[in-house]
Amino acid sequence: MGKYILKRILIAIPVLIGITVIDYAIMCMAGSPLAMLQGPRVSEAAIEAKEIALGLDQPVWVQYFLWLKQLLHGNLGYSIKSFQSVSSLIGRHIGPTLLLMGVSLLVSLFLAVPAGIYSAIHQYSKGDYAVVTVSFLGSSVPGFFLSLLLIDLFTVRLGWLPSGGMTTLGTAGGAADVARHMVMPVMVLSFSMAGSNIRYIRSAVLEILHQDYLRTAKAKGIGRFKVIYKHALRNALIPIITVIGMEIPVLFGGAVIVEQIFSWPGLGLMTMSAISSRDYPVIMGVCLLSAVVVLIGNLVTDILYAFADPTIQLD
Amino acid sequence: MKKDTLSEKKKHKPARHPADESYLRLVFRRFVHHRLAAVSLIVLGVIVSAALLAPIIAPYDPQDIAGPFAQPPSGSFWLGTDQIGRDMLSRLLYATRISLLVGVMATAISTAIGVLLGLIAGYFGGAADMIIMRFTDMVMSFPYILLVLVAAAIFRPGLVSIILILGFVDWPGIARLVRGNVLGLRETNFVKGSLVAGMPLRHILFSEILPNTVAPILVYATSVLALSILDEAALSFLGQGVQPPTASLGNMLNGAQSLTVLTTQPWLWLPPGLIIICIVIAINFIGDALRDALDPNGGK
Repeated sequence: MGKYILKRILIAIPVLIGITVIDYAIMCMAGSPLAMLQGPRVSEAAIEAKEIALGLDQPVWVQYFLWLKQLLHGNLGYSIKSFQSVSSLIGRHIGPTLLLMGVSLLVSLFLAVPAGIYSAIHQYSKGDYAVVTVSFLGSSVPGFFLSLLLIDLFTVRLGWLPSGGMTTLGTAGGAADVARHMVMPVMVLSFSMAGSNIRYIRSAVLEILHQDYLRTAKAKGIGRFKVIYKHALRNALIPIITVIGMEIPVLFGGAVIVEQIFSWPGLGLMTMSAISSRDYPVIMGVCLLSAVVVLIGNLVTDILYAFADPTIQLD
Repeated sequence: MKKDTLSEKKKHKPARHPADESYLRLVFRRFVHHRLAAVSLIVLGVIVSAALLAPIIAPYDPQDIAGPFAQPPSGSFWLGTDQIGRDMLSRLLYATRISLLVGVMATAISTAIGVLLGLIAGYFGGAADMIIMRFTDMVMSFPYILLVLVAAAIFRPGLVSIILILGFVDWPGIARLVRGNVLGLRETNFVKGSLVAGMPLRHILFSEILPNTVAPILVYATSVLALSILDEAALSFLGQGVQPPTASLGNMLNGAQSLTVLTTQPWLWLPPGLIIICIVIAINFIGDALRDALDPNGGK
């Protein structure tokens, strides 16, 4: 087991380095920061001085290592718009995003796990058809369109829910207020995630139900209830771990769009405004962060997998 | 993996036994058994032909100001007009055309890249495999939509760049799939036989291995197509994709971000949204039925 974990970590390291290289390469492609300085009132000499100060006269790979060194000190660079450090900007916006993502993940699991298991146990029943059709709808409806429909229904027609922000302006906020603001974004994110999750869990449970050990359990005559709840569901834990691992990148992506529509003050909203103002250090900082989180997420999934399924091939 | 669905019921029906039935006919018969997919195929067919025939059937030029602005649907403007008086039905037809074009082209590009890299990694193994698969891991680590948004911010947004961006970002899944299949096929006797017979590499790769992995690629490509269409819509909705005045299903929804459009002019944003859902859900159902129909282990 220890060897397996070590091996997974060793594979992850070159990927991590590669991610920083890609991230840096994209930032270079986006254009040199000197181009932003240029103007009629900036002299050639001043630009040259700045070039040397920023290390831009060095070869690209030296620049990369300089950047990497800064990165290891926790310095992601500075926003060219607000001149704040990218790490402090991310720090300030990550809370709301983690809250939104965490709650959405939980809600989608609460929807998908029972629905997927129900669907698998009652395969080919009317309920199964309904669940699978809804799950297809979930993965086919664009998140932004669903958001528009929800705003139209809950905010405009019914007036029940606020359409944007995290707290009502001019009030102290509080947990209840935040929760009210969160209802619609969470609905959109978890509905689209639940769509693919239901089908994944359904087929995983179906596979379990066809295993030999379940046939043995059935043959022992311990009853349908015990067969399913004692023998089958325990093994359904493994696909659920996989689902959580798969959802991390989806969550980051979905958050960008949902936060933009509902003006949720998180990383996604910050990224969208950075994109519209071409604030590359901020954009690439977020990209790097999310890629690293996804990588770690995959690593943790693999390791958990090994714990949950003792029969997995560890080499 | 996900290979079951609604249509699995077919496996439990007694098999008729047409011994001389060709593979394609078998696949077709299994496919139409999936009722939803058969319906989806018809719906998609109607939408695609309407989009292809847009220059003929569209009542107005999609770019022309044809009538009074922001008119609700009426006899002469079936879906109403937009804020500057362009006919919404004509725009919708042309937008569907653009969105389908983006989806198909992006899928073609990403499938080609994925297949090529997967073949190389799976067949040659060793260092090539190592490098390609680690690169795949790297690209997969970046959240897809974020990468697409960044690329859209760097390159000037537009029709061609959006196709290229989507095409160049969405290949890792296919590469992984192809590699896995090739690894298995490499050990089969017919490939080993060709090797021993001294067949050229190109023949082994493209005439022996590739045809045997076409089915899963096709199934996967349908999901990439659905995703590409969704992503184009999302990007254009955010203003980073297809740029006006060219209409795409996504940028037609862009106007709905304003509250007046959202509340008082639903004919401006409901139809494009519904068309996206129809297209994507139809493609998903078709892909699902294909998966079952092409499954060599499936029943008749």
